[in-house]
Amino acid sequence: MSLDLPLIWAAIMAVAVFMYVMLDGFDLGIGMLFPFAADPAERDVMMDTIAPIWDGNETWLVLGGGGLFAAFPVAYAVLMPALYIPILLMLMALIFRGVAFEFRLHGRRGGKRFWTAAFTGGSLVATLAQGLVLGGFIQGVTVHGGRFAGRPFDWLTPYSLLVAAGLVAGYVLLGAAWLVWRTEGELQARARAWAWRAAAAVAVMLALVSAATLLVHPRVAERWGYVGRAFDLHRLAVLSPIPLLGAIGLAVIVLALRRRAHGWPFAGAVVVFASGYLGLAAGFFPDIVPYDLTFRQAANPDNTLALLLGGAVVLLPAIIGYSAWVYWVFRGKVGADDALYH
Amino acid sequence: MHFDALLLSRLQFGFTIAFHIIFPSFTIGLASYLAVLEGLWLATRNELFRNLYLFWIKIFAISFGMGVVTGVVLSYEIGTNWSVYAAVASPVIGPLLAFEVLTAFFLESSFLGVMLFGWKKVGPGLHFAATVLVALGTLTSAFWIISANSWMQHPTGYVRLPDGALRAADWMQVIFSPTFPYRLAHMTLAAYLTTALVVGAASAWRLLTDPNEDESCIGLKMAIGMFAIAAPLQVIAGDLSGKQVAQLQPAKLAAIEAFWETRTEQPFHVIAIPDSAHETNRFEIAIPKLGSWITAGHADAEVKGLKAFAPQDRPPVGIVFWAFRVMVGLGVAMFGLGAVGGFLVWRGHIARARWYLRAVVAMGPAGFVAVIAGWIVAEVGRQPYVIYGLLRTANAVSPVGAGEVSVSLLGFMVVYAIIFGVGALYILRLIALGPTPAPQLDTEPPPRGRPPGYALAAAPGEPEDGPGTRSGEAQP
Ligand code: HDD
Ligand code: HEM
Ligand code: HEM
Repeated sequence: MSLDLPLIWAAIMAVAVFMYVMLDGFDLGIGMLFPFAADPAERDVMMDTIAPIWDGNETWLVLGGGGLFAAFPVAYAVLMPALYIPILLMLMALIFRGVAFEFRLHGRRGGKRFWTAAFTGGSLVATLAQGLVLGGFIQGVTVHGGRFAGRPFDWLTPYSLLVAAGLVAGYVLLGAAWLVWRTEGELQARARAWAWRAAAAVAVMLALVSAATLLVHPRVAERWGYVGRAFDLHRLAVLSPIPLLGAIGLAVIVLALRRRAHGWPFAGAVVVFASGYLGLAAGFFPDIVPYDLTFRQAANPDNTLALLLGGAVVLLPAIIGYSAWVYWVFRGKVGADDALYH
Repeated sequence: MHFDALLLSRLQFGFTIAFHIIFPSFTIGLASYLAVLEGLWLATRNELFRNLYLFWIKIFAISFGMGVVTGVVLSYEIGTNWSVYAAVASPVIGPLLAFEVLTAFFLESSFLGVMLFGWKKVGPGLHFAATVLVALGTLTSAFWIISANSWMQHPTGYVRLPDGALRAADWMQVIFSPTFPYRLAHMTLAAYLTTALVVGAASAWRLLTDPNEDESCIGLKMAIGMFAIAAPLQVIAGDLSGKQVAQLQPAKLAAIEAFWETRTEQPFHVIAIPDSAHETNRFEIAIPKLGSWITAGHADAEVKGLKAFAPQDRPPVGIVFWAFRVMVGLGVAMFGLGAVGGFLVWRGHIARARWYLRAVVAMGPAGFVAVIAGWIVAEVGRQPYVIYGLLRTANAVSPVGAGEVSVSLLGFMVVYAIIFGVGALYILRLIALGPTPAPQLDTEPPPRGRPPGYALAAAPGEPEDGPGTRSGEAQP
């Protein structure tokens, strides 16, 4: 029996991108919550909760890019030029976000204030840019002869702006829920309040983005059984576990926040993200460049994918193992007395 | 000059990758140095090694962060600006770059957290293991990326399908292409030299004000040891690389040496002003016959000149010629620094030889300059091809417009100017403070509810009023 290598790699890439969204999502969310902290000491604590792990989290983004290049080069070669502006904007924003971790420690008064602002600005712009990439991706890319053939601003539409706003709400929810889990006292109480508001915003944005996707993209709408202004309930039923999952996630968040649970709001937020992610994927699968190239058309030949898989089978479990160990090492609440000097 | 998307993409890629390589060439060496320091400390319990470790790890953290953020840019830029190259090269070298992520980047970035913040959380053995793993990660990263680059310089182990697409035929030949061993050795030595030059310069700077600072004295001696070992090896590795170039990329060699005619007994041009329009050197100082001897091993060997290649197949001559001379000149200077330093250490009064300390300080940035010059030789010398003999740079570019690329290039110039300026300032400030002995050990037990800590936890604190005081941010 021979393995369906392109399908396996499509699954691995889907997981890698989800890992990135979930893990760097809370880092970026914390960056966006930075201005709302009570004082610089609270900001220090917020940053300390992610300082040891953010770099590992961001590496999933590198795997996303590198994996797409290595496994689905045609998709990489079409999507990157098509999304040139938002991708480079994201990279520049991530530069500010990334160096701020160290620079903020070494800045004196003005410098420290500047890098505090750069951490927030970098996180916000990176999130918006990722939302624009996602929106531009879902609405489809013009392809001719295996090359991008659209215009430079094709990705900029009301729809992609809506998605970008939704992603901001989502990352803020992840960030706030992470803080509920990893901090205590006043900061934790504040994080709970942030999580309430973010959860409400996410619920609204999820509904708006879903409705917009159905209205704007007939092909996606068809998938969900929405044809001719009416739902085909049979098709909808098949996919209904996905929105149900989202509802469960939101319910978990609400209950957990009510009961002042620590870890559960974060778990709920991850479930909400999983539901949104699956919902989008259901809209365009098996395309990897909506709505022109399937993942099979974009995949590398089998000998390349086989070598890659040989490596990934050994390395990915090891990576997940030692990443989990690092999270374990830095488990527990982070407080002001716990300053993480190096 | 016409600024089209191709030229702008070349400028942008050259700029962003030259900026990136500054940090790896320092962090690869520094990670290994930190592993050695921590190992020495664990073995001898000599506080001086710990102080040095705690000093250099702060500088490492800043440099590593800058290496990471500038590297992430590159992994996407290959697609945004060189999408045709990406689609053509991926079936063969895609796995090499993916393995770099899987074997190196995750290792570095995960254990970096433990290395920087784990003093309190893990025991000394595990902490040392984290440092070693980060160092191994940086070397593994160099392994894969140099492997990919070597393949682009001299592709082997592939087949070409009728439609022009490339397929791997033999993975071992793809990964271990003929120039790979020399390049990997040359780059690794370059990284170790670059780091030793910075460590040496920082130590010498301190010794100029306080000749009795023990940490700086050890730091300087370790750096001199590295010069003395690595600089001669680097000259050998470079010479072997050059002999490979002569065989496999004759046009690049002709540009490196500014040879125009094909002849035996080529002269060696110490200095020349190559003139591509007239296909000659406008001015030159030459040593007869030495050129053939250096590049081919004996004076009456015939060596090809640039005129043997059609004008559209020649690399730019002046840049390659001069970049090579800068690299080799600095290499010879490093050799000298090691020889003289070794002699002074043997005589036993290194800390008082002020002229030598000044020379070491002046050579501090030389490694970065030589590394960038070396990459210019290798990459510009490979033009007009991006995959040598297979894909021209002009055909590799993405279908994007000059407008977008000029805006992004401008953006990178501004962003990099800011982070480079600030990063350099913070590093220089730390170096000026020097490896001051750490304050008292924390003797209190770790707070309740936390994992059992490591006594060194509080050691690396900063002075209350110095830079890095955590309350330094003004109240908004
Ligand atoms: C000889 C070594 C070398 C060379 C030629 C390059 N790099 Fe690099 N890179 C490293 C050595 C390195 C490193 C030592 O592993 C880094 C640098 C500093 C660092 O801090 O990690 C790194 C970081 C780094 C990162 C961030 C990794 C992370 O998230 O931890 C990426 C994505 C890249 N690089 C990608 C590239 C690409 C696409 C290159 C060429 C086209 C490239 N690098 C050239
Ligand atoms: C880190 C050290 C490196 C430096 C400093 C460097 C520098 C450069 C420079 C200056 C150019 C422009 C040449 C020209 O256009 O005239 C170039 C081109 C290129 N390099 Fe490298 N390079 C490095 C390593 C690599 C590696 C490891 C890869 C790939 C794995 C790579 C891929 C390319 C590609 C695709 C081009 C073609 C685009 C272009 O011509 O600008 N380079 N590089
Ligand atoms: C002193 C004698 C040296 C000689 C004869 C020499 C020779 C060479 C040659 C011929 C190349 C081009 C290889 C190619 O394009 O295939 C090269 C590249 C390079 N050199 Fe040197 N080099 C010397 C010293 C140094 C020093 C001191 C450094 C840095 C500290 C350095 C760093 C580099 C780098 C980073 C490259 C590009 C990577 C590569 O292609 O290997 N070199 N060198």
